[in-house]
Amino acid sequence: MPENTDAAILDGVPPTTQDGTALPQDTRDKARSLWTDAWYDLRRNPVFYISSLVILFLVFISIWPGAIAHTDPLQCDLINSQNGPSGGHWFGFDQQGCDVYSRTVHGARNSVEVGLLSTVGVALLGSVLGGLAGYFGGWLDAILSRVSDIFFGIPILLGGVVFLSAFKGGSVSIVSTFIILLGWPQLARIARGAVITAKEQDYVLAAKALGAGHGRLLLRHIAPNALAPVIVWSTIALGTFISLEATLSFLGVGLKPPAVSWGIDISSASEQIRNAPHMLLFPAGALSITVLAFILLGDAVRDALDPKLR
Amino acid sequence: MTEPTPVTSREPILRVRGLVKHFPLTQGILFKKQVGAVKAVDGVSFDLYPGETLGIVGESGCGKSTVAKLLMNLEQATAGEVFYKGQDITKLSGRALKAVRRNIQMVFQDPYTSLNPRMTVGDIIGEPFDIHPEVAPKGDRRKRVQELLDVVGLNPEYINRYPHQFSGGQRQRIGIARGLALNPEIIICDEPVSALDVSVQAQVINLMEKLQDEFSLSYIFIAHDLSIVRHISDRVGVMYLGKMAEIGSDAAIYEHPTHPYTQALLSAVPVPDPEAREHRERIILSGDVPSPANPPSGCRFRTRCWKAQDRCAQEEPLLAIPARFAQATTPVAHESACHFAEEKDVVGAA
Amino acid sequence: MTVIDDVSNVPAPDAALAPLLEVRDLHVEFHTRDGIAKAVNGVNYSVSAGETLAVLGESGSGKSVSAQAVMGILDMPPARIPKGEIFFQGRDMLKMSGEERRKIRGRKIAMIFQDALSSLNPVLSVGYQLGEMYRVHQGLSRKAAKAKSIELMDRVRIPAARERVNDYPHQFSGGMRQRIMIAMALALEPELIIADEPTTALDVTVQAQVMELLAELQREYNMGLILITHDLGVVADVADKIAVMYAGRIVEDAPVHDIYARPAHPYTKGLLQSIPRLDQKGQELYAIKGLPPNLTRIPAGCAFNPRCPMAQDICRTDVPPLHPVGTARGSACHFWKETLGD
Repeated sequence: MPENTDAAILDGVPPTTQDGTALPQDTRDKARSLWTDAWYDLRRNPVFYISSLVILFLVFISIWPGAIAHTDPLQCDLINSQNGPSGGHWFGFDQQGCDVYSRTVHGARNSVEVGLLSTVGVALLGSVLGGLAGYFGGWLDAILSRVSDIFFGIPILLGGVVFLSAFKGGSVSIVSTFIILLGWPQLARIARGAVITAKEQDYVLAAKALGAGHGRLLLRHIAPNALAPVIVWSTIALGTFISLEATLSFLGVGLKPPAVSWGIDISSASEQIRNAPHMLLFPAGALSITVLAFILLGDAVRDALDPKLR
Repeated sequence: MTEPTPVTSREPILRVRGLVKHFPLTQGILFKKQVGAVKAVDGVSFDLYPGETLGIVGESGCGKSTVAKLLMNLEQATAGEVFYKGQDITKLSGRALKAVRRNIQMVFQDPYTSLNPRMTVGDIIGEPFDIHPEVAPKGDRRKRVQELLDVVGLNPEYINRYPHQFSGGQRQRIGIARGLALNPEIIICDEPVSALDVSVQAQVINLMEKLQDEFSLSYIFIAHDLSIVRHISDRVGVMYLGKMAEIGSDAAIYEHPTHPYTQALLSAVPVPDPEAREHRERIILSGDVPSPANPPSGCRFRTRCWKAQDRCAQEEPLLAIPARFAQATTPVAHESACHFAEEKDVVGAA
Repeated sequence: MTVIDDVSNVPAPDAALAPLLEVRDLHVEFHTRDGIAKAVNGVNYSVSAGETLAVLGESGSGKSVSAQAVMGILDMPPARIPKGEIFFQGRDMLKMSGEERRKIRGRKIAMIFQDALSSLNPVLSVGYQLGEMYRVHQGLSRKAAKAKSIELMDRVRIPAARERVNDYPHQFSGGMRQRIMIAMALALEPELIIADEPTTALDVTVQAQVMELLAELQREYNMGLILITHDLGVVADVADKIAVMYAGRIVEDAPVHDIYARPAHPYTKGLLQSIPRLDQKGQELYAIKGLPPNLTRIPAGCAFNPRCPMAQDICRTDVPPLHPVGTARGSACHFWKETLGD
């Protein structure tokens, strides 16, 4: 007797009375979809608010950096080189005499752009390929699995140095393309697993028994039920892609000056860490907070979507 | 309850002949090599007559659920035929298969996994109309869905709710409504009440009987619970390790069983009555069901059978009316696949 | 001989009959998103050595939760025991320290679960898992523990125990795995076994074997047995007395014969009427109307009143106490006489 445990009945059973055929309308649980439920849980999670606020702020300053940073990040004066934080310049100046506050604020845009672009790319490519492999199985699955194994085998930093060195001017689009290229197999695996789990459910069989075609099965029945792990993983991946961009820029193969990036700033500051630690502290701190925010958001979303809690 | 049907006078609505399903066991990742097969269903034949309920009982692993999937064309048969109105549906695909699906529907065992949790009840019951738009014009659908909800005893106002807002029994009613939507002639029920609480089981069984009369449905009712099968079935088939051991009218199987497996199965059923218990004989079988990947030679039941002799290992018994009972006028004259078929009343029926 | 001597030498009849386990007014609740789910609402039962008590109920009746509370394996939170006493050999286990309870668990009270496959560790051999009980609790050597394991596997009639002792759980069939679970429960010769739906996951023919084995071993070791089940048929075979639970309360409790012959609570009566009989082809099944209540919103008065054919006004307001019916029975129904009568 599956599902017949006492605990299973504790939650989610609607109010009942007289004869089961005519339950009174209960205003409290009218049409509660699983998404509504997840949203309900999210709204009660303080971690969700904190991480969302950080992320919203980040998006805001990457669209309008000028709103809070009035100095030009590229207008530098060697006179100020390595000056520490002061009243007018809270974060101090870097080696070139540029305002660290302004550079940290303006650096958000590139990070967010790379993060978003790569995540969208990875999510689309990975879930389509992984989903198809999981759904159709057979030779398609075998080929896609082997291909993704090959990509898995490439160490990401080594691959980055080799691949990106071929392109002289590192730009947001080139760095994102690289991340998508090496990042999709991981998501493809997650999507494949989720689709395989979903396609074995009885409701998919039931739809098949009604005569539903592949399109309906995939879009109506499988995709909505396989989406949760993809969303969770993508949220967390966004943070790691941002830090990957910084790492690549730090190594000198990602974004390149005059682009403004936390990775570039961390790289140049690391040489002067003993003389002027503030140069490292602010861009590195901004990076850590950003990555942390996405990971925490991913965690909160996972908790809310976890079917085991339903 | 339907009257006992004069079986011979009617044409069967479904004829199953020599149905086989082997699941290959493979080794290797890219280049797969077949190393054996799980013989889930290994030559099963039976007929289903209009308006009747055919019960199929057996223990886990006997292949009864695979039979259901084969009849629904959800699995490709390895061999054998399933004739629906003279047409072999195992060979159909595309449009022709879709047309047949309108007439053969299924109710699943687990009401928790058989309803898409992301769809509303209205969408679930309305989906058959999306797939077969000719059955109900678009404007009519909402009304039809609400009628169906009403038919299965659910409040039609619940059309916008989601499955997890319902209890197990209510969900099974939703599953039944979905099965009814296309007005099928045959409904295949795979353990439809085994996931439900005792007090709710009776409600669902009664509903299914009511619907059978109302819509003149034929049921294939697959279950492991022999008492429920007896209650709802006109005829019963007993499966063991991918084969039909014995098949006959409900009286034949329950009151005049001739196959030792059926007798053991019946004697093992706990009866909720300590008084009746005391004068019932119990046959406790030794051992477990052998693996369907490597079934015993000859009669599949011989490894657990107390009557087994050398002949049972060498010669496979055929499903036929045993010669010694061929002339009998009682229900004992029914098909039984045993070399040493003997009548034995284990239930102690009144 | 004086009277006093008598009492001190021979165990007094009262002491011999004193129950092994006695649960008094047990309450368990769960904190859920929809509010407080009252899973167990004042349950009393007792088991003596050599006695089998069947706790019968549907999902949500609180039968498993109350057993988990006795076993001390409830997850707290979300569960909470706001009230109640659980006496084991005269001592209230709810007042014991965690350490003391751990000592009882496994050694004195053992539990058998429904799903043997998930209760066994898939990466350790069966012999190792059985032997672990002896190594940890009795400090036996690896070799001695293995010998004991084989002996135990023989006991629960696993064929070819010596050859199979190093096999892994997935290599055994469902019935054999359940035997291994029984062996594990028996290992330390406990005084009480709690079996939670021990045969539900098994096939009918195997169910009979396992039930028979359990009953036999219980007699042999003179243990108390609490059998938790939803299956009225299984209960009829082995139990001495039955407690029927509904919405966290015991609604009827009686020796096994009485309950089947003449139920004294409409719920028990309805259940018995609603199961089809193997030996009779009946007409339409009797169905108890409605559904079991949501535990966060248990109806006022008698929890069964919305589904009860005999419900009167009093049932909607007053919780019926467990009325004594004859000498050894009880029924929590205001109209138990009428229920018995017709």
